[in-house]
Amino acid sequence: MKQTARIISTYSADVMGVCSALFELGGMVVMHDASGCNSTYTTHDEPRWFDMDSMIYISGLSEMEAIMGDDEKLIGDIEEAAAELHPKFIALAGSPVSAMTGFDYEAVASVIELRTGIPALGFPTTGMNTYIHGASMALAGIAERFVKAPGNAASGGKRNGKMRINILGLTPLDFSTNGTDASIVKWLESGGFEVVSKWVMGSTLEELSRAAEADVNLVVSASGFGAAKVLYEKFGIPYAVGVPVGNELPGLMADNIRIKVEEFAQARAEGEAPLSFEDAEISVESGIFLNGRSSGDGRSYEEGFVAVIGEGVTSLSLASSIEMECGIPAKVLCATECPDGILRECDRMTPDEDDIIPELKGAYAVIADPMYRPIVPEGVKFIELPHEAFSGRLYRDSIPDPVKDFTFCEALI
Amino acid sequence: MKNETKSNLKSVKPHKLTATDLPSVRIADASFPAPFRSGLEYSSPARGTWNIVQTGMLVPECHEIYVCAAGCLRGVVLTAAEMGLMDRFSTVAIRENNLLEGDMETLVIEGVTDIIGKLPKRPPAILVHTSCVHHFTGTDLDLIYRELRERFPDIDFADAYMNPIMRKSGLTPDQLMRRSIYKLLHEREADGDTVSIIGGDIPTQPDSDLTRMLERAGLTVREVTSCKTYDEFQKMAEAKAFISYYPDAAPGGDALAERLGRSHYKLKMSFDYDEIDETFAGLADLLEAETGRTGLKLTVDEISAKRAECEAALAETKEIIGDTPVVIDYTYFPRPFGLAKLLLDHDFNVTKVYADSVPGIDRESFETLKTERPDLLIYPTVHADMRFANTANTAADEEGCKVLAIGQKAAYFENTNNFVNVVEGGGMNGYEAITRTCALMRDAYINKKDMRGLVQIKGLGCEVCVR
Repeated sequence: MKQTARIISTYSADVMGVCSALFELGGMVVMHDASGCNSTYTTHDEPRWFDMDSMIYISGLSEMEAIMGDDEKLIGDIEEAAAELHPKFIALAGSPVSAMTGFDYEAVASVIELRTGIPALGFPTTGMNTYIHGASMALAGIAERFVKAPGNAASGGKRNGKMRINILGLTPLDFSTNGTDASIVKWLESGGFEVVSKWVMGSTLEELSRAAEADVNLVVSASGFGAAKVLYEKFGIPYAVGVPVGNELPGLMADNIRIKVEEFAQARAEGEAPLSFEDAEISVESGIFLNGRSSGDGRSYEEGFVAVIGEGVTSLSLASSIEMECGIPAKVLCATECPDGILRECDRMTPDEDDIIPELKGAYAVIADPMYRPIVPEGVKFIELPHEAFSGRLYRDSIPDPVKDFTFCEALI
Repeated sequence: MKNETKSNLKSVKPHKLTATDLPSVRIADASFPAPFRSGLEYSSPARGTWNIVQTGMLVPECHEIYVCAAGCLRGVVLTAAEMGLMDRFSTVAIRENNLLEGDMETLVIEGVTDIIGKLPKRPPAILVHTSCVHHFTGTDLDLIYRELRERFPDIDFADAYMNPIMRKSGLTPDQLMRRSIYKLLHEREADGDTVSIIGGDIPTQPDSDLTRMLERAGLTVREVTSCKTYDEFQKMAEAKAFISYYPDAAPGGDALAERLGRSHYKLKMSFDYDEIDETFAGLADLLEAETGRTGLKLTVDEISAKRAECEAALAETKEIIGDTPVVIDYTYFPRPFGLAKLLLDHDFNVTKVYADSVPGIDRESFETLKTERPDLLIYPTVHADMRFANTANTAADEEGCKVLAIGQKAAYFENTNNFVNVVEGGGMNGYEAITRTCALMRDAYINKKDMRGLVQIKGLGCEVCVR
């Protein structure tokens, strides 16, 4: 039955995705909920909580406030805290109860902004979607509100011979705090790119506000699509999708980005009609991700495949690298939201335990968070890839940096 | 949890408060029961107090099913996972369409049925937890449990709740949970030689005054924390009398006693000599009446000896700790102001109590302190500004003991590794709570602990649930 899980975990929810995405930006994020969301987020979803003084709070909604629609209590509490703590912005995110009562996030955010003079954003999360939905919404909100037009700083081409790039969708929920974010930056810089901003680990709000100076966006998780869309629609910046895992894929990605961005700029210079947001993606359609039906050395899907369970973009990148380097077809079982057109025909959207189990029949191996192991058939090779958004802090110490070190996939060979 | 953040920590730090900016109120100026106005709430990393998953897991062989939105499921799933008990835990996720279509009853019934069908072994009992949205949508919970009991007559179902929206309306989720698990007990004939201790998460200390009294009476004592099987748990219903001492257990004890037609004694957790004598004398009276035992009350000489033992322990502790500041939080023991009063009366330098509210049972000590120790400071734990308390204080890395914390939250806020790591009273009661507290304080003063690592563990001592 859909919606039931006998034994596997639950992905971090949209409201936590908002918090994670905005954590390092100096804002105040308020979850409009009774209780519980805050401790869950700070215990299981936020590895930075002990070390970094970010202002993430809960409103402490009570039964009577919900029934009576007492928004003034929330607004007053935020005003009071903001006057004391001086956040750079205020963000409101919702929970199941506030969703049920029809709480108007945008309207309340407007009132808060009027009263405090601090930019305020409302994100209508419900606690019923995964973190991807919330993080994507939050990053889109930041892009919409804070990114400035490039002005003279951007020329529409390279600066100092380097192509400029933003990294979108970088949160500890997908990349933990083990240095994977730094490895992605290092890969880009060694490939001749200049990283303008990292959304959002290791960049300030001020750095994010300069994102329109970039020539291209790299979406490293589905959390980045919301911001990519805004940055394309407002500033015409194309985007690539993928995480540079493995030995061959990083080089292919870098080359592809360089070539396609030049082509993109050329087309615009020649006055070609603007592309849709979906068509402004420059990596998936370029064939750098293999099709999942057969490997480079001809091994077919029916002879056994690798199932990669997890977030869409990372899983797609891993699956492609496995096909290229291990010679085994690999398919993605995407358990979180992912826009249409990113995953391949062989991949599946599998939000529930009962969606996943039949897809594992015939698998040679499974790469997934350890909390998936109980539903993997006996005899199937299982490679642990702990994922903060699924198992929280449980396996944090053993989360690999797949950009720096792909050897965890050696067991496949 | 050892893996520390490697991104640019602190480099984008927002406005930071200093120690003197943190919110506090002199006890003389503090109002009862809420010294601070409610506002946005902060959640500290101190996680030692138990949650409803852990309390439910105390029932041997019992399976827990939570029916909630993903955001609410996340914390409880990972609680079970961290306990290593995912094989006794399942979920049904509520999605937006369920709110729109009004099919909550069907979702719960069919979801639970689906999970039962997939379990490798039929559990003897299932706690089905519903949530805030069920309350707001008027879900017919009676229908749900009736239907489940009809479908699965071999399984005991109990209604359980994860509805924090109701935490200010009637019983709290913790109190409800401590009531729910005892609903699983079947009616059994009372055994005059047996009593059951109800509602605590932490096993009663074997050398506590309660244990000693029950041993003296020669009674068989049952407590959920020591039950190894579901059948053994069911024997708790054979008690001639139920005893609770953890305050949140009282409503569950009352409900159980009323249902089974037994008596329920609410033993007070106290640091006051006279109150200890009074509450244990009351228990002795009840046990003598219910079980026919005699001679359970302590004699005057025995009481004098116990008091002398406490005085000696307090003096020894004061001798070692001297004037080192002592701070107390509410998670250590349900009566933080009672503890503060005891220590202040014995010349300890108690400077702060961390408590967001004053428990009703602690009011007398609170009122006395207002008069006698007006400068004692109360700090909140959930106030928004407390986000910056840990970094505003710097005791953890210093040599020696600069501040002694009693309780995890106090330790975190004071940023000290010299702390007493006990939650929820630690199974202590009677005079033994005083002597044990003194011993724990001496140890904390001398031996530093890994505060960062220890306070983040959820449900201190919850490994007792793994059988």
